[in-house]
Amino acid sequence: MKSTLVKATLGAALVATTAWAAPSAASAKTLVYCSEASPEGFNPQLYTTGTTFDATSKNIFNRLVQFKRGTTTIVPGLATNWDVSADGMEYTFHLRKGVKFQTTSFFTPTRDFNADDVMYSFDRMWDKDNPYHGVSGGSYEYFNAMSMPELIKDIVKVDDYTVKFVLNRPEAPFIANMAMDFASILSAEYADKMMEAGTPEQVDLQPVGTGPFQFVQYQKDAVIRYKANPDYWEGKAPIDNLIFAITPDATVRFQKLKAGECQVVPYPNPADLKAMDADPSINLMSQEGLNIGYLGYNTEKAPLDKTEVRKALTMAINKDAIIEAIYQGAGTKAKNPIPPTIWSYNNDVVDDPYDPEAAKKMLADAGFPNGFETDIWAMPVQRPYNPNARRMAEMIQADWAKIGVKAKIVSYEWGEYLERTKKGEQGTFLMGWTGDNGDPDNFLAVLLGCDAVGSSNRSRWCNKDFDDLIQQAKTTSDVLERTRLYEQAQVVFKEQDPWATIAHSIVFEPVRAEVENYKIDPFGGHIFYGVDIKE
Amino acid sequence: MLGFFFRRLGDIIPTFFGVTLLVFFLIRLIPGDPILMMAGERGVDAARYAQLKAQYGFDQPLIMQYFHYLLGVFQGDLGKSFVTKKPVLEEFLTLFPATVELGVVAILFALVVGLPLGVIAAVRRGGIFDYTTMTVSLAGYSMPIFWWATMLIMFFSVFLGWTPVSGRLSVLYFIEPTTGFMLIDTLLSDQKGAFLDAVEHLILPAIALGTIPMAVIARMTRSSMLEVLREEYIRVARAKGLSPAKVVIVHALRNALIPVVTVIGLQVSVLVAGAILTETIFSWPGIGKWIVEAVSRRDYPTIQGGILLIAMMIMMVNLMVDLTYSVINPRIRHTR
Repeated sequence: MKSTLVKATLGAALVATTAWAAPSAASAKTLVYCSEASPEGFNPQLYTTGTTFDATSKNIFNRLVQFKRGTTTIVPGLATNWDVSADGMEYTFHLRKGVKFQTTSFFTPTRDFNADDVMYSFDRMWDKDNPYHGVSGGSYEYFNAMSMPELIKDIVKVDDYTVKFVLNRPEAPFIANMAMDFASILSAEYADKMMEAGTPEQVDLQPVGTGPFQFVQYQKDAVIRYKANPDYWEGKAPIDNLIFAITPDATVRFQKLKAGECQVVPYPNPADLKAMDADPSINLMSQEGLNIGYLGYNTEKAPLDKTEVRKALTMAINKDAIIEAIYQGAGTKAKNPIPPTIWSYNNDVVDDPYDPEAAKKMLADAGFPNGFETDIWAMPVQRPYNPNARRMAEMIQADWAKIGVKAKIVSYEWGEYLERTKKGEQGTFLMGWTGDNGDPDNFLAVLLGCDAVGSSNRSRWCNKDFDDLIQQAKTTSDVLERTRLYEQAQVVFKEQDPWATIAHSIVFEPVRAEVENYKIDPFGGHIFYGVDIKE
Repeated sequence: MLGFFFRRLGDIIPTFFGVTLLVFFLIRLIPGDPILMMAGERGVDAARYAQLKAQYGFDQPLIMQYFHYLLGVFQGDLGKSFVTKKPVLEEFLTLFPATVELGVVAILFALVVGLPLGVIAAVRRGGIFDYTTMTVSLAGYSMPIFWWATMLIMFFSVFLGWTPVSGRLSVLYFIEPTTGFMLIDTLLSDQKGAFLDAVEHLILPAIALGTIPMAVIARMTRSSMLEVLREEYIRVARAKGLSPAKVVIVHALRNALIPVVTVIGLQVSVLVAGAILTETIFSWPGIGKWIVEAVSRRDYPTIQGGILLIAMMIMMVNLMVDLTYSVINPRIRHTR
């Protein structure tokens, strides 16, 4: 009897597993992207995260001007061309004709894209009296963060296919801002319709754009479905369906890629890179990220106000060891405050060498033969530009000890850290930046300009030569002239060393071998127009 | 019986207040200003900061914020998510069926496997089966879920290719959610193979989540059975010449079940805790994954609402366990 009982139980205990047979593959070409998180919503004006931009602006919407895929170069989008007035205060955009908004199950457009759509899209963010301004929480953080409300004086519809932006001051990076995600063009006709129906928030949940893919369905935290927009003005995308399978765990994303359940995967674990590289079914793509990780010196605090002291500290840091230990291959040494993917990157700048002996001597010459005491602030969060600030601080601490500088490591909760470093409580601090619009101004002026002291210029470094150069570069829209000015600014930066530039991260994107023509976006986005799958 | 029910229900009210209080203040104790966190390196200027603070109600004294929150809770309004701007209750209800589905299948797995294992181990005490089962169940109990889940995926999904890696349904099926329970929705749909596909997606997460309860149930059943098997009435039953199966199943198991039922009730909270990891690993769109994301985004209304709803659910399950218990053993009704 006992044995029968055992047999029966064991039989029941055996878990029935059935071979997993994929449902019959449809004849349509479908690309599955295993995205890392759920989008916050479906209107790129309202949010600031890359996850939301991937799900919206990068694939559903267009902007007046856009970044050429895989680059930071600005090319025409919904505007075929634009004129800048001689004083740099007026930007007139000439709009593309014959562009159709997407026809979806929830909206059928009756007219083509025109100036009304541009007016609606910007008025919603800019004009507090716009009926849509307060819809869905009504906070336009990126628009605000790029100082657009202060910058724009007026937006004028000249005719159905011409829109003029009048600025309060000449600002060359304005054109780059217009290529950013928040500047996506939404349908005014759809917005009016939803307002009439009493459901205005619907435009932010079920988006309608002019882009290459149109929204089909979103199952919260699980899957987003798109199909190719058959009327897309640049031509229909090579793939027919695009699916975002939301997969938060990086290890699982890798397993899904191996099993062929998705074709493109973002943010791989550094530990998995070797295995990905060795797998013939996976093509591991990589590119330098649009960011900089640095150690900043509070240039208002003695003795860090002395250039020689800063130089000596920089020369004592063994960057190679840091790249090896902290970035584990996913970083390159940085010598400039902007990454090499940004135009005007000055490759002629020579980095401070790693030379503890010379550093020690330099410090002695500056009046500190026995070193001094300072602190190193370490960020409590992980960032692509600095995957482990705590460990990096420890390595720098050890390097500096060799030249007699005793540094105490300090850390605060992230919000607190940001506030205190803004106020300048720190001696030296680890920090970084990821570019917004690919314009050098977005690094050099935002992080090192005199105006930014007390906010994002945490080094509190205000150098007249440097500031004159970057202010001058703001006022001209001649790219060659701007390039020259920024190149010079980088030379001044290196002479003065307000930061020890540490690294630019390297972005890795594993895609399956059958995926063709995928390009890494320098802004960290995931763009699927132009991507194909080999049969 | 009714008196007992109301007495137990009465106990729940102070617990409920305790939970709202704890959740509300504990979240605010975690360092991290949500507005500064959201702004990140880019920062936010003072005017905008003040504006956002007012918008979220952070400019009021904490006690007033709590009061408003409580007032909302009593009107069934748990607030709107900072991130998605949607009502928390609505989001919870969309995701809850996925968690229930996973939890129910996991506990079924734990019962179907754990109960018989415990019984057999007790009957064959000291034998190889007993040793193996108890060692394996100890291992199962101590296994970190994230590791175990990854191992299951690597072996069954990637190496053998038997089960899908993650998700609730293959992305090629297009199911409009009606009940939110994938097994039911796929059965109702006319898409061939969708139901089987949903079952295949459930296997690994259910095993990963059900392993700890399974181990606990197996061990509990064994020890409880061993105690009962020593009782006089079992010896009497045997002496009367009843078949061993009848003695074990009818006389011993039924009495051994009382502590086991309690343990099963307690496992519900273990399941919820485990669901947080399991859902994240298997990309299972349930409330566990939802709360984890909310914590990392400092989305106060979602964390508060989510935890409160889960706590209420656990209280209800415990109440039901107590009631079941009193049905099995009437003596419990009369003690406080």
